[in-house]
Amino acid sequence: MSDWSEGVFETLISTGVRQAAYVPDMGLKKLIDLCIAHDAMTTIALTTEEEGMGVLGGAWMGGDRGVLLMQSSGVGNCINMLSLTRSCKFPLLMIITMRGQYKEFNSWQMPMGQNAQEILELAGVNARMIDEMDAVAPAVADAAEEVFTDNACIAVMVHQKLMPVKTFGK
Amino acid sequence: MADSDTYPLDRRDVAQALLEGRDGLVVVAGLGACAWDITAVGDHDLNFPLWGAMGGAASVGLGIALAQPDRRVLVLTGDGEMLMGLGSLATIALQKPENLAVVVLDNERYGETGMQQTHTAFGVDLPAAAAAVGILVTGTVRDQGELDTALPVIRETPGPVFYSIKVKAEELAFVLPSNDGVVLKERMRKAMLGGTG
Repeated sequence: MSDWSEGVFETLISTGVRQAAYVPDMGLKKLIDLCIAHDAMTTIALTTEEEGMGVLGGAWMGGDRGVLLMQSSGVGNCINMLSLTRSCKFPLLMIITMRGQYKEFNSWQMPMGQNAQEILELAGVNARMIDEMDAVAPAVADAAEEVFTDNACIAVMVHQKLMPVKTFGK
Repeated sequence: MADSDTYPLDRRDVAQALLEGRDGLVVVAGLGACAWDITAVGDHDLNFPLWGAMGGAASVGLGIALAQPDRRVLVLTGDGEMLMGLGSLATIALQKPENLAVVVLDNERYGETGMQQTHTAFGVDLPAAAAAVGILVTGTVRDQGELDTALPVIRETPGPVFYSIKVKAEELAFVLPSNDGVVLKERMRKAMLGGTG
C-alpha cells in the first residue's frame, strides 16, 4: 500500500510548519514519527485535541506556524476551543484521519466519525474530505497556503479507506 | 477548611506585584477576573486576555513559550479555568519550557458565575497536581511573605514554574480590555515580531 505520510510531511516542512501538536491515530503513526524524528519540528503530544487550538494560537503570535494532527473521534473535544480560533482569526491547519467511516470495526467510533465533517463546518472550520492517496499532500499544500496567508481555519480529512484497517486481531 | 473570604492577599495587589517592571514579559490571562486584573494593572501590547476558551490559557502560553524561547511567558489564570484544562499541565511538563510560568490566582470560587466554590475549596491541590505530572518548580503562596519569596521565582527561575496564589474571594470592579480577538492577536504578534505582524 502506498502511503501519503511522507508527501504530507515534506509539504509541512516546506511550508514552514515548525510545531506539530497531536493526539495519535494509527493512520497518523508514520506522520507523527516523521515529525518526532525531524530536528526542525517541535512535536507536542496533547492530552486532548482542544489544547491544540490554544497551543497553535500561541505559536502563531510567537511567530511559529503549526499543524494539529488528530483523528475524527477528537472533533467533539475541539468545539468550544474553536471559538478562540475563530474569535481571534488564528490560522489553524488540521489534518484529521477518519474513523467510523469505512471498514470500522468499533461501532462506538461511528457517531463522531460520521458527523465529524458537518460538526467542523458548523464550528466554522472548512473541512475537506480527501479519499485519493495522491491527493492528500496537494490538499495539505493548498490548505497550508490558505491558512497562513488568509488566517483561514481548514481541516484536511483523510478518508478511512486510505488508512490501515483495524481488526482487533479478528 | 479556611474560608477564602478571609484570605489576606488581594488579587489586584498580587497582579500588580507580578507585573511590576514587566519589561518584555508576555502575559496570557484566563477568562474572567484574571483578564480584568491584568488590565487593571495597565493594558499592554504583550497582554493577551481571554474572553472565552475556558481551560485554554496554559495551552496558549505554551505555544508562545515554544515559539519565543528567549522571552518569559506568564500565564495568569483562575482556579476554575485551570481545573478545566488540567491536562494541559501534563502537556507542558513534556515540553519543559524553561521560560513559562503558570500562576493561578486561587480564590476557590467561580467568580463570574455567582462565586460558587471550585474544587480547590474542598482541598484539591493544584501545585501538587502540577508537581505530580512533572512541572519542575511548584509552590503555594498564602501571605505577603510567601509572595515576596515567590515573585523572583515566577519571574526568573528556569521552569516550567507553577504556583497557586491563594487570594481573597471578592467581587471587584470590572476593568475590561478590548474584546476584539483580532486586535489582541495582532498587537501581540507585532510586539513580539516587529513589523512582520
